Amino acid sequence: MKRTRTPLSQVKGLGSAKEGTGHFWVQRLTALALVPLVIWLCFAIAALPGMDYVSVREWLSQPTTAILMILLISVGFFHARLGLQEVAIDYISDHAVRTITFIAITFGAAILAVTGIFSVLRIALAG
Amino acid sequence: MAEFTLPANSIVKTNGQVFTAPEGATNVRTFKIYRYDPDSGENPRVDSYDIDLDDCGPMVLDAMLKIKNEIDSTLAFRRSCREGICGSCAMNIDGGNGLACTTSIADIEGDVVIYPLPHQPIIKDLVSDLTNFYAQYASIEPWLKSDTPAPPDRERLQSPEDREKLDGAYECIMCACCSTSCPSYWWNPERYLGPAALLASYRWLVDSRDDATGERLDELEDPYKLYRCHTIMNCAQVCPKGLNPAKAIAETKRMMVQRRL
Ligand code: SF4
Ligand code: SF4
Ligand code: FES
Repeated sequence: MKRTRTPLSQVKGLGSAKEGTGHFWVQRLTALALVPLVIWLCFAIAALPGMDYVSVREWLSQPTTAILMILLISVGFFHARLGLQEVAIDYISDHAVRTITFIAITFGAAILAVTGIFSVLRIALAG
Repeated sequence: MAEFTLPANSIVKTNGQVFTAPEGATNVRTFKIYRYDPDSGENPRVDSYDIDLDDCGPMVLDAMLKIKNEIDSTLAFRRSCREGICGSCAMNIDGGNGLACTTSIADIEGDVVIYPLPHQPIIKDLVSDLTNFYAQYASIEPWLKSDTPAPPDRERLQSPEDREKLDGAYECIMCACCSTSCPSYWWNPERYLGPAALLASYRWLVDSRDDATGERLDELEDPYKLYRCHTIMNCAQVCPKGLNPAKAIAETKRMMVQRRL
């Protein structure tokens, strides 16, 4: 097919999306927040008296644990969503497939995050 | 998906023509060079040329000119200045992008393998079609934009400190070694501007005489145009002028964040 658009017009395409820095900035902010949260999780799990159901449940029902856990889950899935979207932009060139992938990533992350938060709340508030 | 395999008609056949060295040559080096003529309908192949280095200049381009002049005039490649300033002899030499005229044969071990710049359409042999690359350069509007009238009696002044900010940004020769070595550019060549165009854009973003910094940033504010750079640093590694486009891109992102915080 002979191209009739000029190369410059093709490069300019539909113009700038006027978006991108928000994504870039929040991805870094969430990464920053995850550093202490993940370190806390590792230490907290290592300090548990046992890995049995009763001790983990007891640990999760403490307010500090529950708050930090909810933060970890929400920040973690938000960060994962942003990161996966980057991967999709890099490697999926078909526009329709890419759009569907964005939707799937966003819905998937939201469902998993809400499920996690609900589970923590259920244990924490059951007492 | 991003293409990780070559289309059937681009797969390189290794059994190309072989040109042996003249008798009595003692210092022989083999050059394996990519050959492709899209009009022929045949797949690309790799031709092999044995060169007597005692009867050849020291640079890769010298050997290629020797091949073209004395052995096989059908070999197509670009060159002009033969001193690293025009940017036309950029190609993939020994697995890395570089300029044939400033790459010394002695620095390469074993056979000298020469391919065109990666991931570009081929016009013939080592001549790739850089239309998209040049259009990307044009799209960043690489000229001074100022609403301030120039003084009637002299040039626009720039302090030595402000001039220094352009060092490392203005020396680019648009050879395309960087952009065609960048994986992000391979996967999104139409929408990601690539390191060369972004370095050129940065050159105007930091020019104290330019009034259009904000509008320039507005144009780059895009998930594709700018934010495909993941600081892989291939660009800085291959640049034959020793420039660091990755740093310029990181600085551009910093300006983007700075103006919204
Ligand atoms: S630093 Fe950015 S522009 Fe340079 S090679 Fe990596 S992704 Fe490409
Ligand atoms: S930045 Fe370096 S590698 Fe890239 S086009 Fe300019 S001179 Fe070539
Ligand atoms: S011939 Fe000009 S840069 Fe190599």
